[in-house]
Amino acid sequence: MHEQESSDSLVAADFFELRLYVAGQTTKSVTAFANLKKVCEEHLAGKYKIEVIDLLVHPQLAKGDQIVAIPTLVRRLPEPIRKIIGDLSNTERVLVGLQLRPSLPPEDGE
Amino acid sequence: MTEICNASSVAMPALPKCPTGIEGLDEVTRGGLPRGRSTLVCGSPGCGKTLLAAEFLVRGATEYGEPGVLMAFEETADELAANVRSLGFDVKELIDQKMLAVDYVYVERSEIEETGEYDLEGLFVRLGYAIDSLQAKRVVLDTIEVLFAGLSNAGILRAEIRRLFRWLKEKGVTAVITGERGNASLTRHGLEEYVSDCVILLDHRVTEQVSTRRLRIVKYRGSAHGTNEFPFVIDNDGLSVIPITSVGLEHPVSDERVSTGIPALDAMVGGKGVFRGSSVLISGSAGTGKTSIAGFFAASACGRGERALMFSFEEAPSQIVRNLRSIGLDLDGWIKQDMLRICSTRPSRYGLETHLGLIHKQVRDFRPQVVIVDPISNFISVGTQSEAGTMLVRLIDFLKAENITSLFTHLTHGGVGLQQTDEGISSIIDTWLLLRDTETDGERQANLSILKSRGMAHSKSIRSFRLSDNGIELS
Repeated sequence: MHEQESSDSLVAADFFELRLYVAGQTTKSVTAFANLKKVCEEHLAGKYKIEVIDLLVHPQLAKGDQIVAIPTLVRRLPEPIRKIIGDLSNTERVLVGLQLRPSLPPEDGE
Repeated sequence: MTEICNASSVAMPALPKCPTGIEGLDEVTRGGLPRGRSTLVCGSPGCGKTLLAAEFLVRGATEYGEPGVLMAFEETADELAANVRSLGFDVKELIDQKMLAVDYVYVERSEIEETGEYDLEGLFVRLGYAIDSLQAKRVVLDTIEVLFAGLSNAGILRAEIRRLFRWLKEKGVTAVITGERGNASLTRHGLEEYVSDCVILLDHRVTEQVSTRRLRIVKYRGSAHGTNEFPFVIDNDGLSVIPITSVGLEHPVSDERVSTGIPALDAMVGGKGVFRGSSVLISGSAGTGKTSIAGFFAASACGRGERALMFSFEEAPSQIVRNLRSIGLDLDGWIKQDMLRICSTRPSRYGLETHLGLIHKQVRDFRPQVVIVDPISNFISVGTQSEAGTMLVRLIDFLKAENITSLFTHLTHGGVGLQQTDEGISSIIDTWLLLRDTETDGERQANLSILKSRGMAHSKSIRSFRLSDNGIELS
């Protein structure tokens, strides 16, 4: 699975449509947005759009993108949809999630 | 085993309960699940936990007017609808009526990258939104442990699930959370640590190719409950738990006497027949006429305008009708008028518990005043003797509690031990008849005697017993 992913996991797209799901102005949400902004500016300058959705304001939107964890970054374009959950503090992993870098071994839990 | 309990006389502040509407479960839990709290329902795959949870919601919506939310982690809304449609529930209609909401939560690990801190607020938002939009009173999470497969950070998951259960309590909803049974614990990820109010364990065992489903209440804080394993069945009407073990020795007794259908036999028991709600056992060797007596007993009940339910473990209904016609008894008419129902099954078809369950269900459904089991000896072929004995005690207790007059036949195997019933149930039988074959002058002759008959004067004589075209003759 890993070999397969690393061979086709890189995307070359003209435009990245990103959605960041948050629930209120929590530390995690604010950190995630800041981290995302930084990664996009460095790697996707001029070809991205970030839409922030606050589920406390629009709870009905959580179902559509199958949101469970907060914060969740959803790459809506290019397809297929990819999700990155967490405060996006690990830039390498964000790049892997967006398929701008080959995949890495999983991050340690607990 | 029969529990002797007297729940009604114990005065304690009643814990508010939420009736499930599931047959038998509300009796076993003395009123339902703890209202406003969470109940964990766990068991191995295929044990029926999803069905129990779904029925809790559907019956809540249809019978108690309480809207419910199902958060499904394993089945999509369509799959769920298909599964409960077989039970006659129309999920789509309930959803249209805003009595039910189904949210299918899908977490696929390969699509998700994890980096840094997160929480499960998305799940809370979804559940909260569904609860608020329906004003839901009931919630089911089936099976939340699936999240452990989809997300890698078990530490976060544990903390968040703990928070979720607290949150559900604050919301005041009655929740059912299902969990898959683990090797050393009730659930794989130890959900039982977080759900402290009520835990129900479902079990599906197969012994000697016969399957039996059982339900046990592992704990129920602040409430009395049956502690035994209760058999349950899943059929076209959904799940039904057989609460027979919770019957005590508190049943009302009747002074009314009912005829056995054989005047000469009535004469032997004080001229008036047996007490209503009592139990009658007929022991005898093969071919002595046990089923015939049972047939007259049933017909006499029908003649009084009562309903009779007969369980046959040897003969098909049509065969019983044909055979009894030969001694001048027409049962067919009573069957057509729906006064008599004959249920025939092979004893080996189900386990004892399931048999008990099916008898229980039929009794609840048909509401007879007379129940006949012909013969009880066949149950030994299914279970061990002690199991069969226990089961019969439970059956008789149940019938007595319903004030149903019961008649059991029992096949004995010739010779000296005739007075010994294998199951040892004679002590709980009220009237015991013995049919014995004797050989005199080159002819077999059946004799009927009454070994005991509680609470009434009865004949001590041995009468000769004959089947003829005109029925049963005693002389």
